[in-house]
Amino acid sequence: MASKKLEIIAEPGKTSFTTRRVVDAPRTLVFEAFTKPEHLKRWMGPCNLTMVVCDSDFRVGGRYRFVMRAPDGQEAAFHGEFREIVPPERIVRTFVFEPYPDAEALETLQLDERDGKTTITTTTLHKNVESRDGHLGSGMEAGMTEGYERLDALLAELQVQAR
Amino acid sequence: MSGMNLAERDLSATFGALADPTRRAILARLSKGHASVLELAEPFDMSQPAISKHLKVLERAGLIARGRDAQRRPCHLEPQRLKQAADWLGTYREFWEASYNRLDQYLQELQAKEKTRGVKKTRNHRRTR
Repeated sequence: MASKKLEIIAEPGKTSFTTRRVVDAPRTLVFEAFTKPEHLKRWMGPCNLTMVVCDSDFRVGGRYRFVMRAPDGQEAAFHGEFREIVPPERIVRTFVFEPYPDAEALETLQLDERDGKTTITTTTLHKNVESRDGHLGSGMEAGMTEGYERLDALLAELQVQAR
Repeated sequence: MSGMNLAERDLSATFGALADPTRRAILARLSKGHASVLELAEPFDMSQPAISKHLKVLERAGLIARGRDAQRRPCHLEPQRLKQAADWLGTYREFWEASYNRLDQYLQELQAKEKTRGVKKTRNHRRTR
């Protein structure tokens, strides 16, 4: 259960998706890591991306804006507004990926602690299935009933063999 | 969707083709080498025309190609398109997998710092006693 694997659960035809990940730390610390810019800059995004903007007015009604920059200079920006803050267990905020200003989603971050480990669950609710699939970068079509994991595994297997 | 560009349309066809378990099984079989329709039909409880239909979908999606040999027309995998699809699907996962791996490390750092801070506090405490 306490696997370090990132689970992504996206049922076909639904407008939301859920991710789950366990980390070895109490949730008060995880909550801080998710909310304080000085922490966020240290871990959010892959190593090759730099967080060039990390503004966060962390209160209900406050706004945040993050900008990540790739080595080739390309930037990705997203922003939103905090809707609910329950330290150290829950944050609800809106999420807009700036190239798609109309596809505003509602994100819930839930932290559950057990035996010193914290399960991080995020649920992202989009207005429609297209926006959700766009967010996951999947272009997933109806009929995809087995979730991403089996497909991922197959694709990985096929790629190894194709090499 | 009319706003889709060519690459997105290609990917839609690819994911549509991948959405079927029989077609994924065919791809898995082809990853081990060329095969004819007959050979591909063998492990499935399916008629040759039914398999041919699946092959057509895979071919249109650019996932497989078929040889010229009019009799056998052996199928083989086209890994390029599959890689394209896998790359596309992987973006979101990659971002968060990488982030969480860095978070693991960072949380350890923070906890280690807290511990040493705790030790210093007790030391100071002793000194003042």
